[in-house]
Amino acid sequence: MPKIIYVNSAGASREIDVPVGITVMSAALKNGIDGIVGECGGVCMCSTCHVFVDEPFFSRLPPMQDTEEAVLEISAEERKPTSRLSCQIKMTPELDGLVVHMPAKQR
Amino acid sequence: MPQGTVIIGTGQAGFQVAAALRAEGYAEPVTLVGEEPHIPYQRPPLSKGFLLGKDNSESVELRPQAFYAEHKIDLLTGETASSIDPAAKRVQFASSRSLPYDKLVLATGARNRTLPVPGAQADGLLYLRSLREASELKQRLDHARDVVVIGGGFIGLEVAAAASALGKHVTILEALPRLMPRVVAPTISAFFRQLHIEKGARVSCNAAVCEILGSGGSVYSVKRSDGSIHPADLVVVGIGVVPNSEIARDAGLAVSNGISVNERLETSDPNIYAVGDCSEHPNPFASARIRLESVQNAADQGTCAAERILGRNTSYSAVPWFWTDQFDIKLQMAGISTGHDTAVIRGSLEGRKLSVFYFRENRFIAIDSINRPLDHVLGRKLLALGVHPTPQQAADESFDLKQWLESRRSDRSS
Repeated sequence: MPKIIYVNSAGASREIDVPVGITVMSAALKNGIDGIVGECGGVCMCSTCHVFVDEPFFSRLPPMQDTEEAVLEISAEERKPTSRLSCQIKMTPELDGLVVHMPAKQR
Repeated sequence: MPQGTVIIGTGQAGFQVAAALRAEGYAEPVTLVGEEPHIPYQRPPLSKGFLLGKDNSESVELRPQAFYAEHKIDLLTGETASSIDPAAKRVQFASSRSLPYDKLVLATGARNRTLPVPGAQADGLLYLRSLREASELKQRLDHARDVVVIGGGFIGLEVAAAASALGKHVTILEALPRLMPRVVAPTISAFFRQLHIEKGARVSCNAAVCEILGSGGSVYSVKRSDGSIHPADLVVVGIGVVPNSEIARDAGLAVSNGISVNERLETSDPNIYAVGDCSEHPNPFASARIRLESVQNAADQGTCAAERILGRNTSYSAVPWFWTDQFDIKLQMAGISTGHDTAVIRGSLEGRKLSVFYFRENRFIAIDSINRPLDHVLGRKLLALGVHPTPQQAADESFDLKQWLESRRSDRSS
């Protein structure tokens, strides 16, 4: 099972083994990671699952769809070049070890 | 001893109050109690991915069971609140349990409006709101051939889209002259009508249903007042909801079309709040008192009530937004278009990329977008900031709305 490392805004991190195919948002909610909210349920309407993705993983992600690109414009913490919505990142074996940093606020 | 906060209703609004109280450091007891047997779950997927097997009863859960204990939220499911004693600050439940409170939050939601015609009790006529109803609908869809959907609103059309995608023979009956008539402009209605027809459904507007005809207790067909008959082995009714405000009314709280609250979400008793679908509140984006049935309203009102309970001086003023997914099309909506006097289109219907901008007295009040997510987000920003492009600017694709908004923003901050 690939691993995701969630780092909160205070720098504390948690490693979670997750099944292939789950989104980074769903895995966070299922495992009690409080820095991700996922208010709209993962349909690119709310931007409360915003994360910053470390390299080299950021470059490995499939490109953003227009809806994700747009809604990042209203994230509670301003987007950066490595911003993604974690509801749009599906885990694959190639993403094993993925590191995502969570913003201090999601709403 | 502090009694803390009791929240009645385990839908998205009730859940949000509890979660926000804990996230913001509330130290007193939090009890989240509702009549549904399941732990809190999201409703939007029930009429979409759930029917197609993309979601299931676990994937729709807002948080796993362990979340509640970890956050010291006392979650009581299957408990129906029967009365409130505001003077004694106590809630009575049907099970004979009763709970004292310092603050009470009513997140009692709404229930489906039932079809008021003969035969509507027949087996095979379903409504959709709860996980239990969604599970039954999914099961019955497997065996159905002719599906008649009564009501061309969001729920009806989403169910119709799922049924068409599953290869069913679908008929949509809407009583008014067009689909989603109360919430979108005629252009958007026409777009979705065409979409459903392309996918194989039959769509009839101005179609008043007068009777459900049964055979051996099960639905057999749907009869319209013009005499026409549609065969059906499954009928799904989505004709709106009624707010669950009886418990508030019986406790002497002010109610109208829902449980009446002020901008601080307080009912006529300041220790009792009402949030989510049941909350009849003053909404600055409607310039009126309204109820909203949406994830946005549930989540934002839930958060606002939690902040009030924590003693913060906030009031409810979040920009409304909504969405519906039908087939591969997402309709994104922001603001409240009710009462608009002007609607202009940016983009084109032919290209399947368009937004409708709504205006009232030259003020921009709402936007609906299909395949133009940047317009939607821009619309939310315009509404939040209260800046108003003209209808001419909105309709002119060569006019850069984003840049214009940025310039208005910097004008304000300078």
